[in-house]
Amino acid sequence: MLRKIRITAATICFTLITLLFLDFTGTLHHWFGWLAKIQFLPTLLALNVGIVTALFVLTLVFGRIYCSVICPLGIFQDIISWVAGKWKKNRFAYSPAIYWLRYGVLALFIIAFIGGLGSLVALLEPYSAYGRIASNLFAAVYQWGNNVLAYFAERMDSYAFYSVDVWIKSAVTFSIAIATFMVFAILAWRNGRTYCNTICPVGTVLGFISKYSFFRPTIDIEKCNGCGLCSRNCKASCIDSKAHKIDYSRCITCMDCIGTCRRDAIKYVPRQKTQKTEQATEQHIPNLSNETGASRRDFLSVTALFTFSTVLKAQNKKVDGGLAFIKDKKVPNRATPITPAGSQSIRNLAQHCTACQLCISACPNQVLRPSNNLMTLMQPEMSYERGYCRPECTRCSNVCPTGAIRPITKADKSAIQIGHAVWIKKNCVVNTDGVNCGNCARHCPSGAIQMVPIDADILDSPKIPVINTERCIGCGACENLCPARPFSAIYVEGHERHRIV
Amino acid sequence: MGKINNKGIDRRGFLKVLGSGAIVSTATFYGCNPKNQTSGGGTNVEYVPTDKMTYRINHNTGDKVSLLGYGCMRLPTKPKADGEGELIDQKEVNKSVDYAIAHGVNYFDTSPVYVQGMSEHATGIALSHHSREKFYIATKMSNFDPATRSKEASIAMYHNSLKNLQVNYIDYYLLHALGIDGKQAYQERFIDNGVLDFLLKEKEAGRIRNLGWSFHGERSFFDYMLSQDIKWDFVQIQLNYVDWEHASEQNVNAKYLYNELTKRNIQAVIMEPLLGGRLSKLNEHLMVQLKQKQPEISTASWAFRFAGSLPNVLTVLSGMTYMEHLQDNIRTFSPLQSVTDADKKLLEEIAQMILKYPNIPCTGCNYCMPCPYGLDIPEIFAHYNRCINEGNIPKDLQDENYRQARRAFLIGYDRSVPKLRQANHCISCGQCSIHCPQQIKIPQEMERIDKFVEQLKQETIF
Repeated sequence: MLRKIRITAATICFTLITLLFLDFTGTLHHWFGWLAKIQFLPTLLALNVGIVTALFVLTLVFGRIYCSVICPLGIFQDIISWVAGKWKKNRFAYSPAIYWLRYGVLALFIIAFIGGLGSLVALLEPYSAYGRIASNLFAAVYQWGNNVLAYFAERMDSYAFYSVDVWIKSAVTFSIAIATFMVFAILAWRNGRTYCNTICPVGTVLGFISKYSFFRPTIDIEKCNGCGLCSRNCKASCIDSKAHKIDYSRCITCMDCIGTCRRDAIKYVPRQKTQKTEQATEQHIPNLSNETGASRRDFLSVTALFTFSTVLKAQNKKVDGGLAFIKDKKVPNRATPITPAGSQSIRNLAQHCTACQLCISACPNQVLRPSNNLMTLMQPEMSYERGYCRPECTRCSNVCPTGAIRPITKADKSAIQIGHAVWIKKNCVVNTDGVNCGNCARHCPSGAIQMVPIDADILDSPKIPVINTERCIGCGACENLCPARPFSAIYVEGHERHRIV
Repeated sequence: MGKINNKGIDRRGFLKVLGSGAIVSTATFYGCNPKNQTSGGGTNVEYVPTDKMTYRINHNTGDKVSLLGYGCMRLPTKPKADGEGELIDQKEVNKSVDYAIAHGVNYFDTSPVYVQGMSEHATGIALSHHSREKFYIATKMSNFDPATRSKEASIAMYHNSLKNLQVNYIDYYLLHALGIDGKQAYQERFIDNGVLDFLLKEKEAGRIRNLGWSFHGERSFFDYMLSQDIKWDFVQIQLNYVDWEHASEQNVNAKYLYNELTKRNIQAVIMEPLLGGRLSKLNEHLMVQLKQKQPEISTASWAFRFAGSLPNVLTVLSGMTYMEHLQDNIRTFSPLQSVTDADKKLLEEIAQMILKYPNIPCTGCNYCMPCPYGLDIPEIFAHYNRCINEGNIPKDLQDENYRQARRAFLIGYDRSVPKLRQANHCISCGQCSIHCPQQIKIPQEMERIDKFVEQLKQETIF
């Protein structure tokens, strides 16, 4: 019975969390976005004392139920393990705890965390590992399915489904996601929750507390016949059936043992011994004193002389019809990466982000993508060749569970400067094609771009954009809508620290 | 001779039976015509007559021209094998042209620039299957591109037309789209380079049988052309029941154009009888009004009847991409039922209602394409017009159907036009508006549509 309850709760949580990564319409986040925010490391990073305490209390009372119900990576491993179990039943065996590995990895994790090595943190953390898998692999399948439905909807004159672009946002992250998937699939297939009890830092931390949990599966020595079934079905390999002992720092409260025991010899009951229960009150507040990354800024100089041609291109058209070929836009070489409004500064993002990919999968305009920089691997950065950061959208700030991107309103966003636009003379179509443009100025939401004549004396001369960097918020509308291809004639340089303009 | 056999049948009896049987069978089967023509009045819609086409006589040459003209600007296309661009579907064209000629159509109108330059060649192939006297070919001097404005280049274009069409003489030759760039362009294209003189000489030589021009522009230029001392055999004008008295800003009312031509005894060839197809895709409640009057004829046929009823019209051109269009048009013109005064009154009411909708008067002629920055101009306008007709342009956030309309507009927009070709990419370079025969201010319209889309996306419509 308990096992069934656990499975039901776990299925619901898992489905909803997975959907948070898959649902590109953003509707699910209104109702169930909190599921991402109660994940252990994210809530720790967000300094959400209430939830952290609640999780500690939960573990103290019920054991590591978090690992069986709330952690999506845990449930993912459970699913694979269950499938494997259909082939070979009773395949687990007790193994003693490998303390050096658990504590070693935890120490490494904490060092990396403090040292600002975001990439290592991201690789080890369970929720981000799952997020990576969901947003790179599952999302693609989900989106293709959606596109099939959209195909039929279009033919039925229905607007219920619309097509979305399926694209690899970063080859590096995609490969890492595949590798992560393979590693966990193999580990789970072979031996259940190996990762959870040897490497996972969250598991180790919760393990400290669950050792003293109030409710715990307890073997009734009277009823036990020593058959060892419980031990052979324990995913966490923590039941020593001979000694009738269960290692509670590794027990993930999945109730499989209770479900499998034929003699009703294991029960989930309050602890018998009267030991003082220790309340873990100290929280792990990271020390944010370190600088990460020196700031380098390339100085852009535009020196080319330009000639202006006055030939009317229009008259050269020879025939009617056809569509012009459009080259893909290339990502410009930014000296400073751009981080979304709400992230406050590159440093804040790097120190709080666990690279779970939730914001990246929620971005509706194809702006956010994982970084390929080694220090900030897989953390979000922005680029505007496929879309721009639209003024009415605040999705990334709404979904971020760690506080790396703090929640902002539309009004806030219109005043937060995340970068500024830079004009590149030699790419501008005014020079290369000899036509009048002004598309950047036309679409700037803050009115930061004005068109001025190239030659101040000749008012009729073609107009070029000038940017008021005190008003530009770095949204990228100009970069995205600039007709110059493949390199935009106006692009956004990121700012290390955001400010209000 | 011989004995009378009472059991068998005798000759008289046999003849009686035969005769009465024949009469009875004829009477019985009279109604079952294999061509499915009901005898109770009113033709079945499946029937397309082959021998009832209405013809008009050319005052000058005596040509018997079918009132339905086959326009070759909108020939059916299919995608190229490599996916980049389109080719004309020659099989379909051949089939349609054969069908048209078999049903009495004999006027074919093309130009060197139609269908990305492929139209003349395809028309020539299709017509080569028929003997020369069976059809009249019309083509044009489309020397818009400055590179083709020299005398040599223009004459080369003329000879190229003859070659592509596989003919030795052209029945109807036009100076293409006079008026778009005003008098100056006319001077450059035809007068200064001596091309008009050349064409007049070709006419004398008999290689051009009728010389005329097509018009898209201002009234003053039209008057100027008619005031010249040149004998024009025909003029091609845009005429339909909306443009009759309600032409868009930069165009001229068709009533004026037609009357001026009639005064001078110059016959008119009609283009855009359906206003680029818009008069066949009327808004529901407008279409219903036409159908209530005559339920069995198509919406398009009203527009054709309007144009064809004018006596000084030589032929009415229709770009019939699909066989069904060709068949319906043949039915309409075989023979043409003139519009009555009541019909004209109804069409005038409908025209006024059409004008109430802020449609963009794009006829999908594709003269503006390709946009050098990749926009799909006709498709953007088509989507916008569609949404207007279907009521998917919400006026404000309080509209009942705001959510559905917004969704239908935005999703439909992405479905019809790839994101990179949408209105927000228009840089207002203005290279397109020069070519628009409807004188649409394309950059301004693009900006207007883009602003509207932004309002929808940001949900700030008011």
